[in-house]
Amino acid sequence: MTGPAILLLLLGLGVAAWVSARARATRLQTAANAGPARGAMHSLPSYHGWYVALWTLVPALLFLAVWTNVMPGLVTESVLADPAAQSLPSDSFGRGAILSEARNIASGKQAMAFNPAAQALVEPYRAATSKFGTGGVVLALILAFAGGAFAFTRIRPDFRARTRVERLVMALLLGASLLAIVTTVGIVASLLWESLRFFSMVNPFEFLFGTKWSPQSAAMGFGNEGAFGAVPLFWGTIFIGAIIAMVVAIPLGLMSAIYLTQYARPNTRKWMKPILEVLAGVPTVVYGYFAALTIAPALRDFAVAVGISGASSESALAAGLVMGVMIIPFVSSMADDSIAAVPQAMRDGSLAMGATTSETIKRVLIPAALPGVVGGVLLAVSRAIGETMIVVMAAGLAANMTLNPFSSVTTVTTQIVQLLTGDQEFDSAKTLAAFALGLVLFIVTLLLNIVALRVVKKYREAYE
Amino acid sequence: MNAPSTTLASPTRNPTDWKGAAMQKRIAARYAAERRFRLLGMGAVLLSAGFLAFLLFTMIGNGARGFTRTEIALQIDFQTAPILIDPATVNAQSLAGANLQAITAQAADKALGAGGDALISPNAWLTVRDAILDNPKVLSQKITLSLPASTGIDLAAKGDASETDEAAYARLQQSGVVSTGFNSAFLSASDATDPTQVGIWGAFKGSLLTMLVTLLLSFPIGVATALYLEEYAPKAWWTDIIEVSINNLAAVPSIIFGLLGLAIFLNLLDFPRSAALVGGMTLALMTMPVIVIAGRNAIKAVPPSIRDAALGVGASPVQVVFHHVLPLALPGILTGTIIGMARALGETAPLLMIGMRAFIATPPGGITDPATVLPVQIFLWSDEVSKGFIEKTSAAIIVLLAFLLAMNGLAIYLRNKFEKRW
Repeated sequence: MTGPAILLLLLGLGVAAWVSARARATRLQTAANAGPARGAMHSLPSYHGWYVALWTLVPALLFLAVWTNVMPGLVTESVLADPAAQSLPSDSFGRGAILSEARNIASGKQAMAFNPAAQALVEPYRAATSKFGTGGVVLALILAFAGGAFAFTRIRPDFRARTRVERLVMALLLGASLLAIVTTVGIVASLLWESLRFFSMVNPFEFLFGTKWSPQSAAMGFGNEGAFGAVPLFWGTIFIGAIIAMVVAIPLGLMSAIYLTQYARPNTRKWMKPILEVLAGVPTVVYGYFAALTIAPALRDFAVAVGISGASSESALAAGLVMGVMIIPFVSSMADDSIAAVPQAMRDGSLAMGATTSETIKRVLIPAALPGVVGGVLLAVSRAIGETMIVVMAAGLAANMTLNPFSSVTTVTTQIVQLLTGDQEFDSAKTLAAFALGLVLFIVTLLLNIVALRVVKKYREAYE
Repeated sequence: MNAPSTTLASPTRNPTDWKGAAMQKRIAARYAAERRFRLLGMGAVLLSAGFLAFLLFTMIGNGARGFTRTEIALQIDFQTAPILIDPATVNAQSLAGANLQAITAQAADKALGAGGDALISPNAWLTVRDAILDNPKVLSQKITLSLPASTGIDLAAKGDASETDEAAYARLQQSGVVSTGFNSAFLSASDATDPTQVGIWGAFKGSLLTMLVTLLLSFPIGVATALYLEEYAPKAWWTDIIEVSINNLAAVPSIIFGLLGLAIFLNLLDFPRSAALVGGMTLALMTMPVIVIAGRNAIKAVPPSIRDAALGVGASPVQVVFHHVLPLALPGILTGTIIGMARALGETAPLLMIGMRAFIATPPGGITDPATVLPVQIFLWSDEVSKGFIEKTSAAIIVLLAFLLAMNGLAIYLRNKFEKRW
């Protein structure tokens, strides 16, 4: 019997349980209502239905979930006990290969065997699979009937079916919200675990403060010494994400926010704000392609024309410029919020003293809104340094420590992608380095976010 | 009233002469600064919008040609061709070994002159095969087929190629065998090595499957979390931890989720690599915080009077939420979900981490088959050397952007239609 068929069968049983339990509860309710104590039924009939249906489904499904994980082991064990398995090689590798071949043939993934030993095992495999499969289905059905019958006998006017069902609903809701913690723990644990393995091969100080990055040479067997100095990566990330992108995004974002909130007519604002927000909705791979195809060659030609040396077709400037444009809506909406939070009285006071609108903005609104704007910029920086596709496609792979924006630099995220795609041997320092870089990126973005949110919150409180 | 002011006014200070030249100049300068500032603001807005327009214009300019392809009408005489097949047993397998490549090449050489073989796409024989499969009777006839032209001719037809290709195209045009038309194969084919043969259907289907997994996982979990935190969670240290982790997850760079998927789903739990299942699970972890945050705002917007009224007529807390609060908050939650899904649809980096960057020439059949998604397909094509891929990449970008636009439009429509002011 196939998986979906079993699930459908169980679901049908659940529906049958729901219907019959509800019918019985309805009869009880009618009887209770007719009797001397009106309204003696604690729960509505449908809750009794749910209660019985859940007792039918949940234990059986839990059992099936466990069974599908345990079954392959049981099948293999019984195949190994078969007389045909006595001739298998004793080393675990060769034996595993033959077993998996036999399994593939038995399940129809493979048409015929290359190894005669595997062919001999196909029949025992089929027999064991069908034996344990049928056994599992039968056990699940017994569980479903037993659970349903047990719950069905509990239908009584004073039985608190609703409370039981609601308790399960609450448990599900709580379980869903705990998943957020599980995810966070999963991220931290996987990054930390792999990073610790990396740091057992490479000195953490050398990783954090070394200035030479050449994982290829480490992979080619020249040793891990001096190959994993991540400072050029950190510099490239800061150069593109925190300097060039911000030089573009802060003036444009801030001035856009000021114009749209202080000067523009409501109609203009209604149209321009969503248009600017589209900039944040364009997928980063599109920006990356645009930077690599259009912006980078234009910048290189420009650099060559004015005689700047070291111009490359993959430049920090191209990636940074495009990333800055992507960040504009972030800066602009954060600035928008913080300017709107400045009390109207401060603005009115300044205007009443005879200051022009721009003087009010420059001398009153912006200083008052500055903490919010700074918080917004920090959030934007944290987003920019975690951005991947633009830099992968436009910034290049050369780990340069340079101040020349026309030359190629590489970033943390670029290197993570570079290290983890292609040949994967999961125990090499080269692959594990990606997780160490990921850990650094995670910690830095987390710190930036905490600081930014604290700054913004503190400032909000000051005016409330 | 009069007396104090006369004593306060200093005898040495003159009233400001607003009409004086110096003051007028100063005022003029201040007004000029005001105008400059205003222009600066307008310039910033226009520059940002202009960049967006430039980006879209470039993509559409490059990509519009990706939807067309050039075809060459070619006469093939199956009666004289050295075809290695019995007309009675025609099927895809027997045709694969029927020497069709050589027959097509010979027909091209014969019809277009020496070197005509190079003018049609190396995969043109597939079109011949499909024609035979459609109607096996052609094997005893002489037929004319429209075959896809080679990349060079295709580019020459669109006016962007080397001189030899341009010359060859001019000759073909004189004999009147070339035509350029809508490339329906682009929407129905999958990845290929030859840019004239590629299509986005495989990647598109991969995206759909991935999004399906993401939606099925992140929507119920996200809504449940939002309901719990907003309606039931007691004020305790562990609910604070849940809140902090959700807010942090929303700010974690997407590539970190990719590392999580690689370390946990692939290496620890041993799920199939490159599959839509793992991609969808990874993106679901990323989308869930977005749905939770949007959901909480929507639930918060439902006025307490509704809860009080329901509790007042005897509903249990669970009934209050599932019968009253959730239906009223649903439009807001759906809007947030669509926006989160649109973000997930455009996401590339985490999927690269879990190996969805393989060359996949057949559309995935299910969520455990190797698949790729639209943004990753765009990334892969952008790395191709062949010039014919530029327009295909841009065309794929147009399709992706159109989809995102439609999703965001739906979100805005939902918001406007169901938004309630209480």
